[in-house]
Amino acid sequence: MATALNRKDFVSDQEVRWCPGCGDYAILAQVQKTMPEFGIEPHKVVFISGIGCSSRFPYYMNTYGFHTIHGRAPAIATGLKVTRPDLDVWVVTGDGDGLSIGGNHLIHVLRRNVDLKILLFNNKIYGLTKGQYSPTSEVGKVTKSTPAGSVDFPFNPITVALGTHATFVARAIDVEQKHLGEMLKRAHQHRGASFLEILQNCNIFNDGAFNDVSDKGIKAEHQLVLEHGKPLIFGKNRDKGIRMNGMRPEVVVLGTNGASEKDLVVHDESNLSLAFMLGNFEPPMPTPVGVFYAVSRPTYDAAMNQQLEESQAKQGAGSLAKLMLKGDTWSVS
Amino acid sequence: MAVPPEAAAQTAGSQGQAGSAGAEKPHLKRDRVVIRFAGDSGDGMQLTGMQFTAESALAGNDIATLPDFPAEIRAPAGTLAGVSGFQLNFSSNEIFTAGDEPNVLVAMNPAALMANLEDIPPNAVVIVDREAFTDANLKRAGYNSNPLTDHSLDKFQVIQVDVTKLTTLATHGMGLNNRAVFRCRNMFVLGMLSWLYQRPTQSTIQYLETRFKKTPDVLEANLRTFKAGFNYGETTEMFASSYEVPAAKIKPGLYRNITGNTATALGFVAAAVKAGRPLFLGSYPITPASDVLHELSGLKNFPIYTFQAEDEIAGVSSAIGAAFGGAIGITTTSGPGMNLKEEAIGLAVKVELPLVVTDIQRAGPSTGMPTKPEQADLLMAMYGRHGESPIPIIAACTPADCFECAYEAVRIAIKYMTPVILMTDGQLANGAEPWLLPDIEQLPPIKVEFRTDPNGFLPYSRDDETLARPWAIPGTPGLEHRLGGITGENLTGNISYSPANHELMIRIRARKVAGIAQEIPPTQVFGDPDGGDLVVLGWGSTFGPIREAVKQVREKGRKVSHIHLRYLNPLPKDLAERLRKFKQVMVAEMNMGQLLKMIRADYLIDAFGFNKIQGRPFKVSELVTRIQRALEG
Ligand SMILES: Cc1ncc(C[n+]2csc(CCOP(=O)(O)OP(=O)(O)O)c2C)c(N)n1
Ligand code: SF4
Repeated sequence: MATALNRKDFVSDQEVRWCPGCGDYAILAQVQKTMPEFGIEPHKVVFISGIGCSSRFPYYMNTYGFHTIHGRAPAIATGLKVTRPDLDVWVVTGDGDGLSIGGNHLIHVLRRNVDLKILLFNNKIYGLTKGQYSPTSEVGKVTKSTPAGSVDFPFNPITVALGTHATFVARAIDVEQKHLGEMLKRAHQHRGASFLEILQNCNIFNDGAFNDVSDKGIKAEHQLVLEHGKPLIFGKNRDKGIRMNGMRPEVVVLGTNGASEKDLVVHDESNLSLAFMLGNFEPPMPTPVGVFYAVSRPTYDAAMNQQLEESQAKQGAGSLAKLMLKGDTWSVS
Repeated sequence: MAVPPEAAAQTAGSQGQAGSAGAEKPHLKRDRVVIRFAGDSGDGMQLTGMQFTAESALAGNDIATLPDFPAEIRAPAGTLAGVSGFQLNFSSNEIFTAGDEPNVLVAMNPAALMANLEDIPPNAVVIVDREAFTDANLKRAGYNSNPLTDHSLDKFQVIQVDVTKLTTLATHGMGLNNRAVFRCRNMFVLGMLSWLYQRPTQSTIQYLETRFKKTPDVLEANLRTFKAGFNYGETTEMFASSYEVPAAKIKPGLYRNITGNTATALGFVAAAVKAGRPLFLGSYPITPASDVLHELSGLKNFPIYTFQAEDEIAGVSSAIGAAFGGAIGITTTSGPGMNLKEEAIGLAVKVELPLVVTDIQRAGPSTGMPTKPEQADLLMAMYGRHGESPIPIIAACTPADCFECAYEAVRIAIKYMTPVILMTDGQLANGAEPWLLPDIEQLPPIKVEFRTDPNGFLPYSRDDETLARPWAIPGTPGLEHRLGGITGENLTGNISYSPANHELMIRIRARKVAGIAQEIPPTQVFGDPDGGDLVVLGWGSTFGPIREAVKQVREKGRKVSHIHLRYLNPLPKDLAERLRKFKQVMVAEMNMGQLLKMIRADYLIDAFGFNKIQGRPFKVSELVTRIQRALEG
């Protein structure tokens, strides 16, 4: 049995080169802090990324790592995980990487439920290419490539993931370290594709994009922490909640207009419709963080390996000699 | 005059036994025959052709086939666009092509006749189903008058057979509907030709028995029709004699009939077995490559993983991921998919992981003619990536050769830790030939050595001889490292923007690939190794027609030779020297001159091209004419 692991075991000797103040640092720190708790040795762990600031991540982890090409990390990770189910495989991607150029691969890896832990750093901007709008940027966003404001309607990473029937969909915030750690653990525990959106501040090109949910002074009023089996309550004084008004959710202040805790919606991680509803929350509704949806379904990699094992059990190990003789053969003497 | 087929069917026993009526007909000897079966897509011509091929292989002939599919899956019946063809050349001698022009055309309807007329020489035998020449069918094919009666076919030996009626009679009393009867027509034709060329029929009977095991009715109908066709040949006065194409003198051993795509798949399996590693194929369906995916998908117990990806990019990417983990990563595609893979292949070049990318070429650009062959992806394979990214390229020359080339591609990829491009084309993919089963023990070894020792481990240290870096797979304690597309420092692979280091890394990788030339066998010259008047240089599927053409010209006493390239990158070390011994170098390719450009650029040899870009293989006669013209200056 290996000796207990600590943070340092996961820190590589490479100098970290994000802009000072970038939210990526906080995420890296939390991942390095949480990894030892999984009890998996660094050589069994692989980080695979695409291209973008966020995708530099693997260089900083003292695990196996592969910084690949723009958007394709989910596909590369699929080939690895399917053939090496013994490895703990993580994918790190950005909103541009994962939802623009790699949107296709992301949805397919989620629908297939490959056992990968996917961390999508969403800063609603292209960082590495210096500040163009991304597929999560809001309509009207003024950037270098949209001086008159973007007319491009954004993707919502959570509902995109839910739309694929991903089996684990969650959201965390770079600066909410404790919660982020919990979400990393939940994502890791889950068997199947775990999709964790992490709101990440790009202080250079999109500073403060998530101020309302991350700023100390106001965040409690804008953040709705999802907990399975618990009513949807938020607010600094935990005095606000989500109630259904017919088919529509609404914010109520507890104790006013007859609203009480028992009127509130209780979160259920296995309810896809509820997850969609919460996924669609945007201001003035509070921004949910936590696990939107978590269900169990066979994983692609396990199913594929099972087919291989079954066919070996049934037909025996493949014989090349026999295979070559398939079909009509004839002898010439 | 037709005999009642029921009667014929009853006497149809083993082949070779004469039919009931009359004396045995004479057998005339032929040393080679080229038959083309042509019909509507639904007429089962591919199956007829394949079965006739199997029979001919069993008869010991050398064979070569050329299937020709329509691009539309379901073109309207009876139209030119829907004509499906299958050409077979069988011979008592060694042959290299499916033949320039058929001696025998079987045309199941007017469209099939119309579509093939220009390919058949005067005096060829044309066998038609008379009943299919109805006014409606003639019109659909674009005929203004019936060619069977307007003398336009007078230069051929036309044999009109009432195939439909005879098929109906053969299945009489079985209670089959018209449609089911119609579907057996091809078996009548196959039976008739099996008699005409004295083919052994047991393989077809066996085939039908297996195929229709679960539907005894259909089996019975097919068997009856097939035998009726055979006996029709024997008894009718339609054919005065049958022909005998004696067995060829071919290398002794155990043979099977194989298509290029099956051979490619088997080559990969053999390599994986020899390497003792699982195989992972990441692929996206595309004509004419899909059969390799189909073939490997059924071999899970080897173990083989097949991943039908969401697109080509995911196909190649997943294979790279599998290779990172220590599996044999391969991907298969054709032209349009090849483009999509290029960025990922560049990554594999940079991180130096083994990978085999198979491009089963078809006619382009864009969708082009997806079911027709071309060799126009060579420059894409050579130069189709950004940055300096040399990759070894191997091209197969015959269907059976796909086995060896696939095997060799994996061997090189692993030995040198590099992606390798394997090129075949639509003609090789679907064409078939007898394959002398190789001795598995004799295949060159494929050694896989994963790095395990953490002492002094550097991800980009290199083997002195091959310059390969170590294959260090995740899960190995102490070897944790990061690969990536960003230029890395020599040895460590750590991100580096040092200008000199960038150039160094590029030069090292180029040297590594160039170094493979050390183990490429010396160039074989067919003809005069010490030089002569002209050498034809070719690669890929043009091997057959070029070899045949050069042989024919040599038989007339001319100093013409043939050099065929299997390795296109790096080129064989002695190639330039060999070519320079000839007064003229002609590069024959099914493109605008892609190898020609490489030869001229690399060697400053004043070669000239002979190019055909019609989605059709070279005809031997075209090559002969061009060679002779060049010789005459
Ligand atoms: C094929 C390709 N196209 C474009 C680029 C340029 N590129 C690099 S990163 C990037 C966007 C990254 O955005 P995001 O994923 O949001 O990452 P961030 O840098 O914000 O973390 C682009 C367009 C590339 N490297 N490769
Ligand atoms: S550009 Fe933005 S995302 Fe990239 S490192 Fe700088 S702050 Fe971070």
